[in-house]
Amino acid sequence: MLNNIQEFYNILPLIIIGGLILVSLIIEMYSESSEKILPWLSIIGFLFVGIYSLVEVGRTSIVLQNMLATGGVVNIFWLIFNITAAIVCLLSINYIKKYGAYYGEYYIIIQTSVLGMMLMAGAKDLIVIFLGLEVMSISFYVLAGFNRNRSSANEASLKYFLLGAFATGFLVYGIALIYGKATTTSIDAISLNFSALSGNVLFLTGVLLFLIGFSFKIAAFPFHMWVPDVYQGSPTTVAGLFSTAGKAAGFSALIVTFAALFGGPHGHLFTPYLSAIAVFSMLFGSIVAIMQTDIKRMLAYSSIAHAGYMLIGLASGNIDGVAGIIFYLAAYSFMNLAAFGIVSILEGKEETNLDLDSYAGLGTRSPFIAGLFALIMFALAGIPPFAGFFGKYYVFIAAIKSDLTWLAMVGILSSMISVYFYLRLVVIMYFKSSETEDKVSYTASEIIAVVIAVVFVIILGLAPGSFIDLVTKFL
Amino acid sequence: MLESYIPIFIVMFFATVIALGITFSSMLLGPQRPNKEKLSTYESGMKPVGTTRERISIKYYLVAMLFIIFDLEVLFIYPWAVQFKKLFAEFGISIFISMFIFLVVFELGYLYAYKKGGFEWD
Repeated sequence: MLNNIQEFYNILPLIIIGGLILVSLIIEMYSESSEKILPWLSIIGFLFVGIYSLVEVGRTSIVLQNMLATGGVVNIFWLIFNITAAIVCLLSINYIKKYGAYYGEYYIIIQTSVLGMMLMAGAKDLIVIFLGLEVMSISFYVLAGFNRNRSSANEASLKYFLLGAFATGFLVYGIALIYGKATTTSIDAISLNFSALSGNVLFLTGVLLFLIGFSFKIAAFPFHMWVPDVYQGSPTTVAGLFSTAGKAAGFSALIVTFAALFGGPHGHLFTPYLSAIAVFSMLFGSIVAIMQTDIKRMLAYSSIAHAGYMLIGLASGNIDGVAGIIFYLAAYSFMNLAAFGIVSILEGKEETNLDLDSYAGLGTRSPFIAGLFALIMFALAGIPPFAGFFGKYYVFIAAIKSDLTWLAMVGILSSMISVYFYLRLVVIMYFKSSETEDKVSYTASEIIAVVIAVVFVIILGLAPGSFIDLVTKFL
Repeated sequence: MLESYIPIFIVMFFATVIALGITFSSMLLGPQRPNKEKLSTYESGMKPVGTTRERISIKYYLVAMLFIIFDLEVLFIYPWAVQFKKLFAEFGISIFISMFIFLVVFELGYLYAYKKGGFEWD
């Protein structure tokens, strides 16, 4: 129950997205031209909620019987999710038409997944995390198989569903064990009693099972098997949503649970596990990406590697690390979204033009798109002055502050490996002549979406301090 | 102590008598004209013995899925209705409004399935 009108204003973003889903359902039911209305309605809704979250960022509060936190870092996450989803919608307008896979529910399911992400980021209770995760995941399973006439999409959806349900099983079992020992699901109460609980084997098993469940969602090393197949099979714009907002949502829940322990006497209890996952994700993702010939699979392995870099921030177990992760997530979301956006522009009708070699000669065929793509590849590789560099910088600095210099060294080593496959694409685009002379055709909405994402990458790279300051103020 | 179970025993007694009585009276009084269909286990259902790789129309799955979804959603109303007086005393009219919002969302889902042709058999 709402205690007062202020609580209503604090959870207004959630209410707006929920209302948006219902309104979109009605429009989809009764309007013949829903394909034209829904994307713009979604974009306006997402932008409004994103800007509202940013404006209200200072108003931190805990609402709905200690179930949900609003304001501060939560609102920054809401901003990231909503801006990402708005860009995905803008990209989808033409892509879904080209793909021939518009079934009406596309934008509604994206809205639902964003609602789940927002619940996860604001959770103050393990049950709310689980609820948000399921709302997000089930939407994602449907989105992955959205082009139901294509067998690769069906494979992606089924694989994602089966493995995702399995990972959710681990997560729920973890929550059950945590509840069994702590007799509460409230995160604040658990972190208060953490010193007493941390010696208990059952409790630790529960937390580690919880970590396994989320390692799946953020695509970290031993639980990454689904990533390449799902990214390859699902529509490219949807893969962009999985790898950006989906990953950010997974990390938001991990931050909510693990950052509650930082600063206490046992703040570094989980550092060995987190650093092991981080090291293997980084190295595995970077090395296997070298061997890929399909651009979407390459981006999938790069996504695994980036999950590893972000986990360094969590492993370092201090506030700088968390701020670094949030900056990294914002930067990575825009970088990856721009990359998937360009892939979706270049993609042909029947999953063609996804091979690395089909990017040959893009520098002469479409200098503008090639330039944007090259910029994104430099940013993903972590070359200054783009946002990717500062994301890695903040995370590595946090690791060095917690005497985890070796972890930062592995991170730098892995970044150096990853430069190879990012820059190989630039080499293919500019120095390899292509057989065709076709110009790339694109619509205004797609290119605007990509340009907006690139602009954010440049802004975050040129002025990283203001974002970090905003985040650090609330930690 | 056993006295309180007497009504149950009475019910069991009548149930047995009525069930046996109807079965045997129809055997004794009714005309007997058996044929192959009548003697099978499920007169208008599936054959109990045969290949298990029967193909079933996809329409059944749609109906079954919709049934599960709406059945589970309606389930949430039961605990609310049972506890309504207590909740009303504590929270007032808002407990009624919150269930009303749930029902609006629920009915919108039903309307969506209906409009999209989820209940059409052909």
